[in-house]
Amino acid sequence: MPSYKAPLDDVLFLINDVFPLDGYNHLDAFAEVTPELAGAVLTEAARITEEAFAPLNATGDRQGCRRDSAGSVRTPEGFAEAYGAFVKGGWVGLATPPDYGGQGLPYTFAAIVNEFASSANMALAMYPGLTQGAIAAILLHGTAEQKALYLPPMVSGAWTGTMNLTEPQCGTDLGLIRTKAERKGDGTYAITGTKIFISAGEHDLAGNIVHLVLARVEGAPSGTKGLSLFIVPKFMAANGGVRGARNRVSCGSIEDKMGIHGNATCVMNYEGATGWLLGEENRGLNAMFTMMNEARLGVGIQGLALSEVAYQNAATYARERLQGRALTGAAFPAQAADPIIVHPDVRRTLLSIKAFNAAARALVVWTSLKADVARQATDEAERQAAEDHLGLLTPVIKGVLTDIGFDNTVKAQQMFGGHGYIVETGVEQFVRDARIAMLYEGANGIQAIDLVGRKLPRDAGRAMLAFFAEVSGFLKENAAHDGVQPYVAGMKTALDHLQDASMWFMRNALGKPDNAGAGSTDYMHLFGLVALGYMSLRIAKAAADKLAAARAANDDSATGPMEARLTTTRFFMERMLPETAVRLNRVTAGAEGIMAMPAEMF
Amino acid sequence: MKLLVCVKRVVDFNVKIRVKPDGSGVELANIKMSMNPFDEIAVEEAVRLKEQGKVTEIVAVSIGPQQAGETIRTALAMGADRGILVKTDATVEPLAVAKILAKVVEQEKPDLVIMGKQAIDDDANQTGQMLAALLGWPQGTFAFKVAVGEGSIDVTREVDGGLQTVGLKLPAIVTTDLRLNEPRYASLPNIMKAKKKPLDETSPETLGIDVSPRLKVIKTVEPGGRKAGVKVGSVAELVQKLKVEAGVL
Repeated sequence: MPSYKAPLDDVLFLINDVFPLDGYNHLDAFAEVTPELAGAVLTEAARITEEAFAPLNATGDRQGCRRDSAGSVRTPEGFAEAYGAFVKGGWVGLATPPDYGGQGLPYTFAAIVNEFASSANMALAMYPGLTQGAIAAILLHGTAEQKALYLPPMVSGAWTGTMNLTEPQCGTDLGLIRTKAERKGDGTYAITGTKIFISAGEHDLAGNIVHLVLARVEGAPSGTKGLSLFIVPKFMAANGGVRGARNRVSCGSIEDKMGIHGNATCVMNYEGATGWLLGEENRGLNAMFTMMNEARLGVGIQGLALSEVAYQNAATYARERLQGRALTGAAFPAQAADPIIVHPDVRRTLLSIKAFNAAARALVVWTSLKADVARQATDEAERQAAEDHLGLLTPVIKGVLTDIGFDNTVKAQQMFGGHGYIVETGVEQFVRDARIAMLYEGANGIQAIDLVGRKLPRDAGRAMLAFFAEVSGFLKENAAHDGVQPYVAGMKTALDHLQDASMWFMRNALGKPDNAGAGSTDYMHLFGLVALGYMSLRIAKAAADKLAAARAANDDSATGPMEARLTTTRFFMERMLPETAVRLNRVTAGAEGIMAMPAEMF
Repeated sequence: MKLLVCVKRVVDFNVKIRVKPDGSGVELANIKMSMNPFDEIAVEEAVRLKEQGKVTEIVAVSIGPQQAGETIRTALAMGADRGILVKTDATVEPLAVAKILAKVVEQEKPDLVIMGKQAIDDDANQTGQMLAALLGWPQGTFAFKVAVGEGSIDVTREVDGGLQTVGLKLPAIVTTDLRLNEPRYASLPNIMKAKKKPLDETSPETLGIDVSPRLKVIKTVEPGGRKAGVKVGSVAELVQKLKVEAGVL
């Protein structure tokens, strides 16, 4: 049976030492936040996810969701109770405004709790996760009546939410949407069509399900410019969280899929269901996109979350599994064999996951803080800079954290040898669950194109240039800092590679878009390496400072974790960051060699 | 009715205890600390009694270093109304704890005191009993179930032979056993509210209690590892070994 401990120490180190939260006191969400409150909130989040979510992960995977002939869906045993505990604790509304019953805490906290919950039980964590996404959309685009009607029961978790985009003929290309909306004359619309791959579309955890549905109003233009977003509740809603008559929306079937078995992936049939317009007609995609950044960030976090839980179990196994002897002679002669963690190659594997997890978690926290600034800052320049950062880093976090997160679950599985292939060991589930994060919420190839084609050139490269300036500014400022100094040259080289690749696109891709397409995935990973490298250095800087303070105070007990953080950064810099050279070479190879192959010769 | 609940900050139950290299005690620096699980049960019971309308105010008290304030905050987040931290960095033994609590009881005048039957760090299982003796109050230890009546309380106790119910006149002392209840998760709104609940600080000196140790720790050692067992060939051999080698028959 796999186990999970939330990485509380790492998270508290990030928000207390690397990105101290008192730098955000000017935002409403941080007004009451102190290190003690953050500690109390995240400690309890760790507890509920470890104790209530994690024990149901393997059983939920084996049981899966079941749909009966009437179209009702039952979630695995225990899910309703665990979700109930999460709701009772008020966790769904962690970061939503108090006006609708939320706690008004930073989005950053919600992102951290999302990591814990997804590590513990990704399939279960998705139910409240999707609700939070739907809440965000209604908050931004809903009328006062819509907010009063839907938000309180959704924020409490009594009702859940979904996003309905995909149709059988339409995945990435939303312009192909066929679901139609007919005006009924009373301000409402009749929604008709079929949506597929709807996560949490039907289940038994909540009293009502609020679907947000993209559809085309009759007579609207074709393509994405004719899409509108609708609120379509499973039961008609009345104020005070009261539910009325059943709406004409039903679950036609649930998918039999590779992973996240505990989450119901539904075909949803809308047969003249009553819908209410959310936002403006024909501006539906716009309404969807405003929440896309946070939703994609959430999926990136799933990649990190699976990498973390897989790592924890692999590290424990490597310390316990006795097999063979250390290359330098028996490390534990009294035992029949040494634990496999004595082997350099095992350590290399584990450290590559550990170094990624530490840096990726920092990247998530740093970017989530920018999301908080983008939500609440009153200074326009500050808000815009945060928005730029969020736009630029979102495809990087989504694409890179889920690509590497999946790779890491496979590496962790490898530590178990043949036992990793056995279901009972539990690690193969992490591999299967992690796989979906590379696919949904925009497949990773799409993230790469979004980065190269949309995010880089936007506003004459303002966001990109600001990022480069931040990293090179940090390197200048800390060139002599104990924790950073050994890696300044290497980090500079990596940043040069990223800048060279960006320049290459500017010179070679504007007239030849295939050059951008052919290099986009490598570019995204090059960007990810630089961003993660920068995070590793931020960690090393804070760790070196703490280490010096601990030594000055003769506090031996505090030195170990800080030394481990420095060793982790060293690994990233020596063995992971150098990959930027390869990525740059691939980018500058251009599209010719790829496009030269005739389609029929594949 | 006013209730006093006592909570102790101890090494978290998940942490693997390590003895300090010099054998003077166990390693506490940079170790995760939490509320004693038996005390968590005590807080839960107090909150349930308040929810049932039997109790009007819950005061949580802890004795220990500044960080014991966090343990009180946890109790406040579970539903206690205010806290008292008796701050000391000294090692306090059960008798000193009981004397401090007796003083706090004198000031607060609760009708009921609930605490864990023991703390999982030193497993002394003495404080509740000593407090009852110092105050001259009745005690219901190892509580499995409590029922509050008018000016009285029935405490069903876990004893070796099963369960025993005692009727106590209030004010009284109750110490909790594992099966009394299952403590709740603190809710997010209550964690936020706990921040604003009053937490007073005092010290053993202010209360006039001498906490100097009366016991001397000679040394602390880790338990020896489990030794390999042997297979026996027959029941007769087993009985023989139990008689001769183990000396238990």
